[in-house]
Amino acid sequence: MIRSADDGLTIFERSKRGRRAFVAPELDVPDVPLDELLPAELRRREPPRLPEVSEPEIVRHYNRLSKRNFDLDTGFYPLGSCTMKHNPKLHERVAALPGHAKLHPLQHPRRAQGALELMWNLQQALGEIAGLPHVSLQPSAGSHGELAGVLLTRAYHEDRGEQRTKVLTPDTAHGTNPATVTMGGYEVVKVGIDARGNVDLDDLRAKADADVACLMLTNPSTLGLFETGIEEIAGIVHGVGATLYYDGANLNAIMGICRPGDMGFDIVHFNLHKSFTQPHGGGGPGAGPIAVSDRIEPYLPRPQVVRRDDGNGDGPTFDLDYDRPKSIGRLRGFQGNYGVFVRSYAYIRSLGAVGLREVSEVAVLNANYLLAKLRTAGVAEYLPAAYDRICMHEFVLSGAPMKRELGIRTLDLAKRMLDFGVHPPTVYFPLVVEEALMVEPTETETKETLDNFAEIVAEILREAREDPEIARAAPYTTPVRRLDEASAARKPVIRQALS
Amino acid sequence: MSSYVSATAADRREMLAEIGVSSIEDLFADIPARLRLDAADGALRLDRGRSEQEVYEELRALAARNISTEDELSFLGAGMYDHYVPALIDSIIGRSEFLTPYTPYQPEISQGGLQAMFEYQTAISELTGLPVSNASVYEGPSAVGAAGYVAKLTNGRRRFVVSRGVHPHSRETLLTLSRGYGMEVVEAPLRGGATVLPELDGDVSAIVVQQPNFLGAVEDLTELASAARDAGALTICACDPLPLALLKSPGECGVDLAVGEGQTLGNRLDFGGPSFGFFTATEALLRRMPGRIAGETRDVDGKRGFVLTLQTREQHIRREKATSNICTSQALNALAGVIYLSWLGKRGIVELTELMVKRTAYARARLTAIPGVALLHERPVVREFALALDAPAGRVIDRCLAHGVNPGYALGTDYPEHEDGLLVAITERRTRADIDRLVDVLGAAVAAERANVGAPA
Amino acid sequence: MSDASYPDDLLYHPEHDWARVQDGAATFGITWFAQDALGEVVFFEPPDVGSTVTKDEPYTEVESVKAVSDVIAPLSGEIVEVNNGLAENPETINDEPYGKGWLVKVKLSDPDEVSSLLDAAAYRASLI
Repeated sequence: MIRSADDGLTIFERSKRGRRAFVAPELDVPDVPLDELLPAELRRREPPRLPEVSEPEIVRHYNRLSKRNFDLDTGFYPLGSCTMKHNPKLHERVAALPGHAKLHPLQHPRRAQGALELMWNLQQALGEIAGLPHVSLQPSAGSHGELAGVLLTRAYHEDRGEQRTKVLTPDTAHGTNPATVTMGGYEVVKVGIDARGNVDLDDLRAKADADVACLMLTNPSTLGLFETGIEEIAGIVHGVGATLYYDGANLNAIMGICRPGDMGFDIVHFNLHKSFTQPHGGGGPGAGPIAVSDRIEPYLPRPQVVRRDDGNGDGPTFDLDYDRPKSIGRLRGFQGNYGVFVRSYAYIRSLGAVGLREVSEVAVLNANYLLAKLRTAGVAEYLPAAYDRICMHEFVLSGAPMKRELGIRTLDLAKRMLDFGVHPPTVYFPLVVEEALMVEPTETETKETLDNFAEIVAEILREAREDPEIARAAPYTTPVRRLDEASAARKPVIRQALS
Repeated sequence: MSSYVSATAADRREMLAEIGVSSIEDLFADIPARLRLDAADGALRLDRGRSEQEVYEELRALAARNISTEDELSFLGAGMYDHYVPALIDSIIGRSEFLTPYTPYQPEISQGGLQAMFEYQTAISELTGLPVSNASVYEGPSAVGAAGYVAKLTNGRRRFVVSRGVHPHSRETLLTLSRGYGMEVVEAPLRGGATVLPELDGDVSAIVVQQPNFLGAVEDLTELASAARDAGALTICACDPLPLALLKSPGECGVDLAVGEGQTLGNRLDFGGPSFGFFTATEALLRRMPGRIAGETRDVDGKRGFVLTLQTREQHIRREKATSNICTSQALNALAGVIYLSWLGKRGIVELTELMVKRTAYARARLTAIPGVALLHERPVVREFALALDAPAGRVIDRCLAHGVNPGYALGTDYPEHEDGLLVAITERRTRADIDRLVDVLGAAVAAERANVGAPA
Repeated sequence: MSDASYPDDLLYHPEHDWARVQDGAATFGITWFAQDALGEVVFFEPPDVGSTVTKDEPYTEVESVKAVSDVIAPLSGEIVEVNNGLAENPETINDEPYGKGWLVKVKLSDPDEVSSLLDAAAYRASLI
């Protein structure tokens, strides 16, 4: 039976007794019997059943697997809220420099001055972008940064002898926010949005009381719209003594244009894997640094990277400061995802102030252009914008008319796009928009790519008018077609069974 | 300066016309004027952008001011280890198809990443002996924190008993996180290098131990887990993955949640991150698992495929009832992990770990033959061990550093009771000759300090 | 079950739960609307027999591929029986929400609460 090149076997299924890739270095010390070093009762009887394969097989296996992935280097990836912008290739080169890549995290600070200076400089730059001076690079991802924000808020209130119990978050908030709040020991209270897609100020006023610890917000919101009432929001929140937290997922719209700190936010988190080009890696790694105001600074995680000028003409030194009595403590081991810092730092140094502003200008330009182009292409009839306003770096369409009139859903539209060689936008988020489609082109896409995408959407709608079944049964040309997610959840098979 | 943007002046004119505004400024009209930064002076106070070449030179200069494991002979461990990362890992994870996609929300075009997760979950499950693994979490200490949260959600009890042998960063992280969800944390001491559990009552949600522990000692996991079970508590064990090639698996010992730092498996040191944390559990805890999980299924044509499953436990659907708030996993680092485990293979992982055990034994024997150097405990060890120096550890270390040898971690930093303790790590990169050099340099340093021969060079 | 249906012999709670009341006891379940909104149910773990349920309060959860939803008790009482068959086939909740897809049986503590529930017509009207 002939096996195709794309046979879909797992690495375990390729395993054959006796094959190997690893060659152990020679034993150059006395060959003491293992029983003398590790008594038999402490040892396992059978080794872990890892695959037995040669290097050529491993390489071929993972190469073939990689070809079953769509990726950003290959095509358009307009995932709303994810900022899939180009990953500059310089960054892999600098991150691989041994001085960065092979540095042990517990190396003495005086022997890691390059690393600590890089972190310090990155902190300064992020603080400048946010408009808040005090930065911790420790959190590992956006959601980790959010947890830090909640814990910082808790520490701030407790230090004032206050036991607040609630955190406010808009209906449109990213899923991470409510989960984070609960983990921080608070209760989530939802705030409604108004007809323009902004936070409903009346609802906020009604719900903001002395029991509220924090309002967690992003600006622009997950609808891609700027919160025009942000200063009033800040006034209401600060008026009851609560903190204002900024989810930095949408920072790509405002870099160099305006700053969360100036809007009144106390805590800002960044997603270095969004606006700052850390490659997404198929789902990580990332980093979620935070910037905070003066009043929150004492509670920042431990350790903090600090700069010391001893004033004797030797120049500044950089150190890890553990002496932080009011700190919330550690959120993770060591100093954070340094490899990610190297890449984001290279990015900021490449762009500078002017480049960062240009990023946001073109991100917003591209999004508005695509929105306009979709209208011209006749798409708006079936996929109207959820809110009839200028958008920022992303916009949300509703597939409700499409579902009603053409009988295909946003999900079907997305699956059919796969056959056209583009990654679909984010689907079914935010939840407040029916059959939502959230589109974020980013600034690194060409006008031609955007034009092409509008054409693709128009074409799929044309197809659906003729025969809705095409989209409903799509995709056809991908390595696998629609998968049965229900049975995967009902009877989960999450590892290979081995004999 | 490049912002990787392609929009030319002509492009922008056309695009603005299509939108129906006269300038980009108009697109920011919703932002109150008071908040807007002035473009004229470059707005943000940052250095001007530079060419790729200039940025490269700056990053190289910064790298040159770091003493990496290529610049000194290092015996530093304490949670991250200087292993040899095989070349095939770099070439595979550098592929665009693995490096640049997002989390697999459209499984039809993400089978590469999803299948790799499934293979990773299988490999990690084999190591820990527990059937349920997720696709990775951020790193070791936060895995311990997440495991604590699972225990609390499972039995609702209010106290953790945490061994002093658990990595200080893990203990601190657990403390920070558990304050958020209202847990009391109590410490179990070490005696002779092994954990001594206090009497456990019905308020204990979980015990937290480490294998081998921070002092390098192999613990009697079976006994510890048994004591926990008798009290109705869960056992959380933070593990160093390579020793699991030889040690009785946490699953076999009765552990409920086996988690740990994955850097050792095919990942770089990177000054502490990114790496990945592995997270495994018993079948009973399947629906409380945090993070992403890949599951096997079939497509409409009956072809095998993989999807993210049990997502309702995750943040984006279950929202305030989520078992964690993890959105990003560490997919690329976990991929490096499964490639590494495949490269080692069933025999190779045993050979590698046995080599480390024997070299560790050699190092331990030679070092304790030095006057003024003694074992801090006599428990069996695998690849790391603790010494007690009869001299100020900080000054001894400084003397070694001046000779290009980093002898290990000063235990006194986290364990005041071991003020002059030294934690020495052996990997397959440390040869006999390297160990002999450590013995010479450390021996000379200890002798000099004991004789109080003044400040280090 | 492909077409919306709301049997006339049942009483309904606005949070999309139904109750079949007989001699001081009631059977609870979720309505067609609820199972349709949830999508394919993948997991259901019944609450313990003997536990108390309170009218208008959540007493268990139903998990589908895309969401987990609280199930609200239409009436108060003590659980006397649970539908263990749903462990193997949770999708029965979608296929027969009023029949084999029942969730729990309850001994009512305050039968007068019945008067606050909606009949089929009123519930149907509330869905528009």
